[in-house]
Amino acid sequence: MATMAYSQAIRSALVEEMERDERVILLGEDIALYGGAFRVTRDLAKRFGPERVINTPISENSFVGVAVGAALVGLRPIVEIMFMDFIALAMDQIVNHAAKFHYLYGGQARVPLVVRAPAGAGRGYGASHSQSLEAWFVHTPGLKVVAPFTPRDAHGLLKAAIRDDNPVIFVENKLLYGAKGDVPDPAEVLPLGKAALVREGEDVTLVAYSRMTGLALEAAARLEEHGIHCEVLDLRTLAPLDEAALLASVAKTRRAVIVEEDTRRGGVGAEVAAVIAEGGFGSLDSPVRRVACADAPIPCSPALEQAILPSVGKIVAAVESLI
Amino acid sequence: MPNDELAYLRLMKLIRAFEERVDRLFVEARIHGTTHLCIGQEAVPVGACAAVRPTDLASGSHRGHGLALAKGLDVKRLMAELLGRRDGYCQGKGGTQHVASLEHGFLGTNGITGGGIPVATGAALAARLRRTGQVVLSFFGDGASNQGTFHESLNMAAVWRLPIVYVCENNLYAMSTPLHEATAVERIAARAAAYGMPGETVDGNDVLEVREAVRRAAERARSGGGPTLLECTTYRHLGHSKSDEREYRTREEEQCWLALDPILRSERRLEGQGELSPEALVALEEQVAAEIDAAVAFAEASPPLDPSLAAEGVYAE
Repeated sequence: MATMAYSQAIRSALVEEMERDERVILLGEDIALYGGAFRVTRDLAKRFGPERVINTPISENSFVGVAVGAALVGLRPIVEIMFMDFIALAMDQIVNHAAKFHYLYGGQARVPLVVRAPAGAGRGYGASHSQSLEAWFVHTPGLKVVAPFTPRDAHGLLKAAIRDDNPVIFVENKLLYGAKGDVPDPAEVLPLGKAALVREGEDVTLVAYSRMTGLALEAAARLEEHGIHCEVLDLRTLAPLDEAALLASVAKTRRAVIVEEDTRRGGVGAEVAAVIAEGGFGSLDSPVRRVACADAPIPCSPALEQAILPSVGKIVAAVESLI
Repeated sequence: MPNDELAYLRLMKLIRAFEERVDRLFVEARIHGTTHLCIGQEAVPVGACAAVRPTDLASGSHRGHGLALAKGLDVKRLMAELLGRRDGYCQGKGGTQHVASLEHGFLGTNGITGGGIPVATGAALAARLRRTGQVVLSFFGDGASNQGTFHESLNMAAVWRLPIVYVCENNLYAMSTPLHEATAVERIAARAAAYGMPGETVDGNDVLEVREAVRRAAERARSGGGPTLLECTTYRHLGHSKSDEREYRTREEEQCWLALDPILRSERRLEGQGELSPEALVALEEQVAAEIDAAVAFAEASPPLDPSLAAEGVYAE
C-alpha cells in the first residue's frame, strides 16, 4: 500500500502500462517536458522518450484523429485533452470515428484509445476551462466513460481503460489532483462498469461520481448527526452504468438523490433517474432528486461559481426535502 | 510500360462498370440510401495504388468505391456491402460511406468530409513508430481541403515527417460549390507550402501521370523524407449524389471534360501503341460486365444480417 495523490496515481498507472506494453503511447499538448497543464505526465518523456510521449500542435480534433488512426492499426494511444472543455473541438473524431469504427466495420476494427480529460469547476478558470461534459459521451454508443473519485480508483480504472479494446473517455477532476489516498501494491486493475458502495445506510441513496462523491460523503456525515442514514453509491463508470448496483441500493433505501457536477438538463443524473424510474419505480417512497450544476455557463467570479455548483448544503437540503 | 497500362485500363473499366451498375440498382430501388459515384475519376485511385505496395495503407472519402477496388477489395463483397448484406465487408452495417477492409490495408471510406485525413495520418504515425516501412495514401476531395482536419493533419505530418501521401481528388466542385467560391488559391497543391511539404498538381485523368507522381511521393515518404500533397485534377461525370441535377455547371463544360475521360485516354494510348485491338477491347468489356453480373448475383443471394443482431457488436469484447 502506498499513499499517493490522485495525479500521482494516474501517472503511476501510465508508467506501469507503458512499461508493460510498448504499444501504449501518449499524445497531447505540452505533455512532454512541461508534463501537461496539471503536470500529470511529468518526467514521462524523459523516461520513455519522444517516440512514446509526443507533444502535439494545438489541433485537438486532428490529434485525437491521429490517435484513432494509430489505434486502428494496432497501437494503444492515450490522449490528454488539456482541459475537458477543449474536447468540444474533437467531437467529430470521438463521436463519428472512434466510437463507431468497431460496429460500422462489422467487428474488423478495434479502437483501443483512452482520452484523458480534466473536468470540473471550482478554481475560477471560467466557462471554457471548467465544464463537466461527460454526458455528451455517455450519450454516444461505442464509448465507455469513467470518472473516478479516489486515487485507488483512478489508478486501477485507468489501467483497465488502457487495456480495454474500446475508446474510453477518462474524466479526471482538477480539484482532486492533489487529494491523497491509498493505492494498493502490487497494482490492481479494477473492472469498468462497476459502482462502489462507499457508505451504507438505509434512509436514502446518494448517487454520485468523481468529486461529487466526496461532497456526498460529507453530506452523509452531516445528515447522520440528524439521524438520517445515507447510503453513498460511487458510480465510478458512467458508461456502461452499473444499473444492478443502483437499483439494489434504491430498492433498499427507497429514496435517491443524484449528485453531479455536470449541468442538470440532459445530464448524467437524468439518465440515472430514468434507470431508477424504469427499473425501481415500485420501490420509491419519494421523488428522485438531482443536485447538479445549474443550467448556465460556469461564471468566473468565485461567489457566482460556488452559487451554481452542487455543495454539501444543497445535498443536505435535497435529502431533508424527501424525509 | 504498356502492359501495365492494360491492367490499369481493365481496373478502371471495372470501377466504371461497378459504378454504372450501382447507379442502375438505385434507380431500380434494389439499393437504398444514397451513393456518391466516382465515374470520371477512376485514374486517381488506380494510378495511385499502382504506385505503392499491397501492404501499404489507404483511406478514402465518401466517394470511395473506386479506391476500395483499386486497393484490392473483392467486387462481390463490396457490392454486398452496398446492398446491405451479411457478406459485405462490414456485414452491411457500414454501407457505401463506411466500408473498410483492414486485411487489405483499406482504412475505410468516410461519411465526414475530411474525417479520414487525421485517421490516415495516425496510421502513418504508427507505421513510423513501429518501423513497418509502410506508406499511407490519404484520399479526399477539393471540398475537404477546407476542413480543419486537412490543415491540422498536414501540419502534424510535416512536423513529424510522416510517411504519407495526401491525394486530393480535385473534381472542381464541393457538392454544388465551385472551387473558386470556396478556395482563394488557384491550386490546392499551393497549400503544401504553408506546411513545409512539397505540393504538386498532376493531371488526374492520366493514370500514368498519377502513378509516377505517387511513386515519387511514396519513395520520398518511405525514405524518411516526409509527406507530400498531390493534387489530381479530375471531373465527376455525374452529380454529387443521387439527388443532384447539376444546375451549377453547364452541359458544355461537361462535354469538354468527357473528352478528357481517363478511360478514353488510356484506350487511345494503348491503341496507338498497338497494344489494344478492337477485339481485345470488346473482350475486356465483356469480362468486366460478367464480373459485375456475378457480383450483383452474389450480393443479392446474400441475406441481410439477422435483425436481432442490429444493436450487437457496438463494443469490442
